[in-house]
Amino acid sequence: MNNNILSAIFSAEFAYSVIRVTTPLLFCALAALVCNRGGVLNIAFEGCMLTAAFCGVVGSAYSQNLFVGLLAGLAGGIGIMMLMGYFNLILNANVVLTGIALNTFASGGTVFALYILCNDKGLSTSLQSLAFPNVNIPLIQDVPVLGKILSGHNVLTYVSVLCVFLVYLLIFKTPLGLRIRAVGENPSAASSVGINVTRTKFTTLFIGGLIASLGGVYMSMGYLTWFGRDMVAGRGFIGIAAQNLGNAAPMATFIAALFFGFANALSNVLQTQNIPSEAVQAIPYVATLIGLVAYSSSTRKKKTGIKQLKRRVPDGL
Amino acid sequence: MTKSVSKSIKTPKEVEREFDILRVLLGMTIALCIAFLIILLISKDPLGALKSFVIGPLSTLRRMGNVVEAMTPLLFTGVAVCFIFSANQTNMAVEGGFLLGALGATIGATVFHLPPVIHPLVCLLLGGLFGAFACYVPALLYVKFNSKPVVSSLMMNYICMYIALGIINHVIRDPGAGFPASYTFDETAQLARVLKGTHVHAGIFVGLVVVLVGYLYLYRSRKGYEIRMVGKNVNFAAYSGMPVNKVLMNSQLIGGFLAGMGGAVEVLGMYTRFQYQGLTGHGFDGILVGIIAGYNPAIVPLAALFLGYIRVGADVMSRMNDIPIELVSIIQSIIIVLVVAERFLYKQKHRKLVEVAHKELAREEVAANE
Repeated sequence: MNNNILSAIFSAEFAYSVIRVTTPLLFCALAALVCNRGGVLNIAFEGCMLTAAFCGVVGSAYSQNLFVGLLAGLAGGIGIMMLMGYFNLILNANVVLTGIALNTFASGGTVFALYILCNDKGLSTSLQSLAFPNVNIPLIQDVPVLGKILSGHNVLTYVSVLCVFLVYLLIFKTPLGLRIRAVGENPSAASSVGINVTRTKFTTLFIGGLIASLGGVYMSMGYLTWFGRDMVAGRGFIGIAAQNLGNAAPMATFIAALFFGFANALSNVLQTQNIPSEAVQAIPYVATLIGLVAYSSSTRKKKTGIKQLKRRVPDGL
Repeated sequence: MTKSVSKSIKTPKEVEREFDILRVLLGMTIALCIAFLIILLISKDPLGALKSFVIGPLSTLRRMGNVVEAMTPLLFTGVAVCFIFSANQTNMAVEGGFLLGALGATIGATVFHLPPVIHPLVCLLLGGLFGAFACYVPALLYVKFNSKPVVSSLMMNYICMYIALGIINHVIRDPGAGFPASYTFDETAQLARVLKGTHVHAGIFVGLVVVLVGYLYLYRSRKGYEIRMVGKNVNFAAYSGMPVNKVLMNSQLIGGFLAGMGGAVEVLGMYTRFQYQGLTGHGFDGILVGIIAGYNPAIVPLAALFLGYIRVGADVMSRMNDIPIELVSIIQSIIIVLVVAERFLYKQKHRKLVEVAHKELAREEVAANE
């Protein structure tokens, strides 16, 4: 049995599936990264992705056009983030509680709309929705093992990897990124040099919503080809954890997301073995807890090294 | 003379409280209005749907019983949230704690065999301890490792879910049940029905006791004061010598214990075996109840009654008409955002506060001149 597991893990299929399940986590982690840098980290990504997944399916089913579906998905997800911004930035509502509210709204609202549209509370299979195609990469697909692992993924998977670099460029190499970081690190200082803090935070939320929505669209138009009730299943939260673990740096976040993807894929593989599936399905969440501890204790050492400050600094979520 | 005058003028604190209440009531009203609007727009029989939503829960004794049944677990999770959120900790593991509490009670009710009154008490205690464990982990991670409880508690919920399902499915699963469920509970462990024709069970009384004790503890005891003070201003609490970490742990352990007890009461009162397939949502409902109640256990029964009522109303409507029960989630989310939005009604509150201050000044001037 152990040999079975090992051979299952050290196979090209497994590496392929790691990348496949990492994609939504990576999108969400990058979105959380941008938001964390801009000082607007929140937990509404779950609802954002769910809404995007739903709107994407509905948009593509009614227009029979992939691009319209994508746009609808993005609009839905960004809409949730804009609501987050409105309540948090304009009405000064607590960010966590607003996040809970928006997640509840997305979870209930999508099922509500699903029932109205296709008279089904679980799946959208009665809608003729479209999906993004898988693409083979010309040269790499011919390389023996590597081709099997890296080629033939959904087009959005490649977009997600591209996003790592785009986010890096955006945050560290553009004027907008500088503004985002300035507002995130010290809003008063940023405001004193003439940066419109509220507008910058809205921009940050917009970008975050855009990236997270891509993850949501991937869930229902790539990973699966339909929308299912609560299909995001905590990925929005794991994405935040990955970003925490990666200390809001693009490459490190990418690696952290891969780690959670690995745990996820591992649980998928082990489920086929003779191990209680519940123990295995809990792996990504336990890994997240351990990751949070590792991250937090590493930052604590740094802080106490400089000065024995017993203040509780809000450090992400 | 001056005393009677000062009584007629409201203090700023009173004005603030008035506006807090107003905001909650207005939030609930707006949310319900939006729900009515959705019903009017979508339903083919809007008046029938509205009727079942608004007065459906009162139409039969059975449905009134349903309201009480729905509010019973919310009393526990609502008070649990009062404890945790009063300490300004956003530990959402009450959700997982509820399920683990149900698991604890299931173990107590299937493995042990005890005489009547003692058996449910042991089950409740076991459920409470299991629930406390759920909230203990995120609390410990914060106190020891400074990792905020938001993400860790959300992760904990999923872990609790898999712990509960794993134990039910592999250790105490009843193969004869025909679906994934535990063995049936001992009769001695089940909570007695108290109203004929409904499922209302003794848990409602346990819940009301929890509300009372929770209120006395949180608002009338030294420890409760510490919890609220740490929540309001942790630096002030630390400088005045309160053991902040201990207070944080304390509040969350109590919260987890109560959530677990809620899960225990729910399974022992409503079911004859553990048959949940996932998280139940009672914890997040508890957060809404806590928010509406302003984290004051004394108001939790009203808030729980409100939520129970609209839930049963939506349930009646979804069965009689064409509106799905998920309408409740939409109502819930609107209430939460409006209640927690500090700027909502801020202008009106500010104007009122200024008015009060002017009056106070004028009165002082008159007193000085005299």
